[in-house]
Amino acid sequence: MTNGAYNYAYLDEQTKRMIRRAILKAVAVPGYQVPFGGREMPLPYGWGTGGIQVTAAIIGHDDTLKVIDQGADDTTNAVSIRRFFAKVAGVATTTRTEEATVIQTRHRVPETPLREGQILVFQVPIPEPLRMLEPRETETRTLHALSEYGVMQVSLYESIARHGRISKGYNYPVMVNGRYIMSPSPIPKFDNPKLDRSPALQLYGAGREKRIYAVPPYTPVKSLDFDDHPFEIETWEQCCELCGSKESFLDEMIVDDDGKRLFVCSDTDYCERRRTLPEAAE
Amino acid sequence: MYVAVKGGETAIAHSLDLVADKRRGDRSIAELSLEQIDQQLGLAVDRVMTEGSCYDRSLAALAIKQARGDLIEAIFLLRAYRTTLPRFGDSLPLDTSAMAAERRISSTFKDVPGGQVLGPTYDYTHRLLDFSLAAEGDRPAAPTAPADTNRTLPRVGDILEREGMLEPPPHDGASEDLTRQPLTLPASRPVRLQNLARGDEGFLLALGYSTQRGYGNNHPFVGEIRYGQVPVSFVPEELGFAIEIAEIDVTECDMVNQFSGSHDVPPQFTRGYGLAFGHSERKAMAMALVDRALRAEELSEAATSPAQDEEFVLAHSDNVEASGFVQHLKLPHYVDFQSELVVVRALRAEVEARNRQAALDQAAE
Repeated sequence: MTNGAYNYAYLDEQTKRMIRRAILKAVAVPGYQVPFGGREMPLPYGWGTGGIQVTAAIIGHDDTLKVIDQGADDTTNAVSIRRFFAKVAGVATTTRTEEATVIQTRHRVPETPLREGQILVFQVPIPEPLRMLEPRETETRTLHALSEYGVMQVSLYESIARHGRISKGYNYPVMVNGRYIMSPSPIPKFDNPKLDRSPALQLYGAGREKRIYAVPPYTPVKSLDFDDHPFEIETWEQCCELCGSKESFLDEMIVDDDGKRLFVCSDTDYCERRRTLPEAAE
Repeated sequence: MYVAVKGGETAIAHSLDLVADKRRGDRSIAELSLEQIDQQLGLAVDRVMTEGSCYDRSLAALAIKQARGDLIEAIFLLRAYRTTLPRFGDSLPLDTSAMAAERRISSTFKDVPGGQVLGPTYDYTHRLLDFSLAAEGDRPAAPTAPADTNRTLPRVGDILEREGMLEPPPHDGASEDLTRQPLTLPASRPVRLQNLARGDEGFLLALGYSTQRGYGNNHPFVGEIRYGQVPVSFVPEELGFAIEIAEIDVTECDMVNQFSGSHDVPPQFTRGYGLAFGHSERKAMAMALVDRALRAEELSEAATSPAQDEEFVLAHSDNVEASGFVQHLKLPHYVDFQSELVVVRALRAEVEARNRQAALDQAAE
């Protein structure tokens, strides 16, 4: 369909080079938001253009790509992005977490532990973790430069004072390598522990806001908390209706008019593996 | 079982087919040609070229056809195409005093050198639906005076400037390209102007309007609006001299604003500038108002209103960015929502437990 009208993986080589330079800088300074000359992509802003540009800049013929949205491979936007790369890069795609070399994700980290050599590309809507506390970019850049993070601690404290706990369910702020506070993108806080010292490289792309940041393999990532209010993740009384998992992040569905609820794994690949390979469920 | 988001691949394919089908509409009605859009919906083409920052009438017409007349969608289509095009370099600055003007008005002087030329404007049409347009039929050509191409048309601003009444154009520095480099703040004026030129007409219109209603007023006058054809010149490296590569239609607005002066500068008028492709007066005027408002800090004025807030204006002017991010709310968010459900349920459980305990305590007393 593209008839050679577009370069491999859509972006021209100069643009890819520019993005790779931004990625290298981001890897060198974990958690620091590197501005980059984000391009206008043929998909809408807010729908993964940052992640798509990062993926386009790093993907090659030997790669195998997995794309998930809300943990699932078959949600419409994941399908759309996977089709995009199959079309413009002719790249092999998979739904299997362990087979993928590049995993582009929106809002989840796969349940299956990642390994060395894999790259997890996050789509980021608002890269600035302090944005909802301070709307001005000129201010937040200064706060980061000075490690002046009191405003974030105060906001978490206020949440405890008001609600008795930190009432932040997703996009839960983390401290990377003891230096920069970083937005893990809107993943549930359930996934935050998976970011800590992960063997895989984590790249974060924000297209509209034109920022790239990264967490290199084995980098400490600490979810912010207080000694007397330690960080904790979501738990469910239910287990997955399909595979019986008690360890995975569950999606809740309303299945009839009386509001009956059903819980299933958000990670479709993990769930399917457990159902088809009983030993995987052990 | 849960199927709402499964089978996405087939659903997407069918959705694309439906869009194409809707676009064509009733097959017994003749299909629109790009030439018809270019010629008969020319102002839509102008807007798409301006905010799409790509001067190509037929591509803009194609985008409008593909978007079924949704101009923001058309702007997005044109932008996404433009971004893949190679860059050869910067043209020389346009010389709008060399414009072959079809329209040129000043509201600051009754007459100006070169005269007031109304040209094609809706300003004096009565907004009565013209039912004769509902019927097809030939229209007689409008009589026009031969254009005087030999004389240049001095800008009203330049005349005022010679007298010292109007500030010289602000020193702007080198041009940058927002589509290649990220926006950094504070932004230079060329970057601001590029941002505004690409910015959404409705957004700028509302901001410009807000300055007139007291949110950052700077008493504007239309020094001049002109619309017409200007040549575009380019210096290819291998030649070393300028060659004319195109002639484009632009609308330029020079807004003249009051300024009470400062420590170093005696009272004089200041400028706000707007430029748009094609005939886009509303856009050019709104842009000029907002440009002037954004110069508040430079002119030592108190910046207290939204239109004067550079970060607010520049970060939210782009309708392709805004449209995408607003509409991304349609994407599934059920993982985030699940996290919120878990948190809110836990909070509610705590409140209920507290209330129960309080009731027990009360009963025990």
